[in-house]
Amino acid sequence: MSNYFFEVLRPGINTTFQDKGRFHMQHLGVAPGGCMDLDLLSIANALVGNSLDEGVLEFAYQGPLLKLVKGKIKIAITGDVFFQIIKSEKEKINGECNRTYVLDDGDQIDILATKQSAYGYMALEGGFNIKPFCKSVSILSRAQIGPNEGKKIQTNDKIDIKMNSENKKNFFTKIQKKNKNIIRVLKGPQYDYFSTESQKDFFCKEYKISNLTDRMGMRLEGAVMKNIVSANIRSEGITKGAIQVPADGQPIILLTDYPTIGGYPKIANIASVDYNLLIQKTPGEKILFKLIELREAEQLYKEHLNSISEIIKNIKEIN
Amino acid sequence: MFKKLNNIGDCGIACDFGDEVNREINTNVIKLFHHVRKEVLKGNLNGILNYTPSYNKLIINFDLKKINSSKIINFLESVDFSKLNLSQNSKKWTIPVCYEFEMDLENMSKKLKMSKGEIINIHLNTDFFVYMVGFIPGHPFMGDLNSKLFLNRLKTPRVKIPPGSVGIVEKFCNIYPYESPGGWNIIGRTPTKLFNKQNETNPCLLSPGDLVKFKLISKEEFKILANE
Repeated sequence: MSNYFFEVLRPGINTTFQDKGRFHMQHLGVAPGGCMDLDLLSIANALVGNSLDEGVLEFAYQGPLLKLVKGKIKIAITGDVFFQIIKSEKEKINGECNRTYVLDDGDQIDILATKQSAYGYMALEGGFNIKPFCKSVSILSRAQIGPNEGKKIQTNDKIDIKMNSENKKNFFTKIQKKNKNIIRVLKGPQYDYFSTESQKDFFCKEYKISNLTDRMGMRLEGAVMKNIVSANIRSEGITKGAIQVPADGQPIILLTDYPTIGGYPKIANIASVDYNLLIQKTPGEKILFKLIELREAEQLYKEHLNSISEIIKNIKEIN
Repeated sequence: MFKKLNNIGDCGIACDFGDEVNREINTNVIKLFHHVRKEVLKGNLNGILNYTPSYNKLIINFDLKKINSSKIINFLESVDFSKLNLSQNSKKWTIPVCYEFEMDLENMSKKLKMSKGEIINIHLNTDFFVYMVGFIPGHPFMGDLNSKLFLNRLKTPRVKIPPGSVGIVEKFCNIYPYESPGGWNIIGRTPTKLFNKQNETNPCLLSPGDLVKFKLISKEEFKILANE
């Protein structure tokens, strides 16, 4: 244990440590997990000068209230987040995302809420002092795997910090906000299980994101998909972003903490380029699926990665 | 040999071995799984993240940043199935089970018109084959039970089943590694941990392709083993 740590005064709704995920274990029933929004992981780490895969705190809707005990630490928050840095009762700074701040002993960071988005991230210079399980610090809370006994962050937890920041310079970058509601998908392995009319509806009627949405899946409400073959298939391995349709005909999108195998037919799969856009949508929002082909999806994803590299390249010092 | 390869989204591939569920087909799936896994761990297919065998498919997930589907398809098409081996990768296990913790034997006995003892004997004398592991960590799907024990899922799944519970449905047997809801017919409980977080190099007891035989233990033995 190092001498510096954060004391958790309020944990937030769903605050966990995450990195890019835990791989080569899906055949044992372990989902990869990791940050819901992997772009924001990279950007947060780049801002504080870490390797892009360093573990961060992920929060959803309401984030934690943390008090720094001893030390000095540089942090960055990414996403679309409302937060304050509380130096003392009199001095509260409204935080800006996608830039760094240096916290001093006794400072509090109050991550009040994500704005029109679901997930936000906090990275620390040098990272958190947490124990990986099978090469990853991602918490899979359903299976209680990962640091913190695989549990979400709780009040009074102490979060160890690896180092004291010497470097007081601050940095920022700019991210263009995306507000579109069109989510591009590829045909799923059981696309032909659904009636022609349902296939048509799937791409021209909006779906509403329901309250039953978490790191594991997103339930949708909208046009009922009529299965004309079989409501069950032989259980098979799942891929992130698979859109499965159980017997009630309402699609469920399987997200980062997906069950490793599943037996419902899959009508489509989210294109990687739009995955982060999708998971930032909140219950009540509406989305429209658009069909694309594999080569286009690959090309679009390449362009997307280039745009993230640009954001990281454009990190500049604040004068 | 697989019958066809399909893309799943832009970062997945399904190797489809046909629609049937039997040991022969699943053995081929698992042979390919071991082969892919070895190649990946050797560093030959950088970018492949996961390889998940099920009854009749192997699903490969990959990182589109590092590799794309055509490279993986080329690799899969060049695999020589005649050279793949299962036995050297498959382990044999004996798992203790205490039938005194059953929850459904009474009902099963009525439905199957068979005594509890007969049901237990069939279960004990079955050489199980691990078809796949998944849904949650360490959860095995094993077969094949004698068709005399053929039962459907419970009409109303239980909200809570204790960890270690051994259940059967159709020709399959499973073990619940965690306390969870579930609809299988529970015939006993094992003290053996199927997923052990303390063992980081090998946290999961059973792997696809392993062989399992159950051994009857008493409540007293269960308690001793559970405390080890």
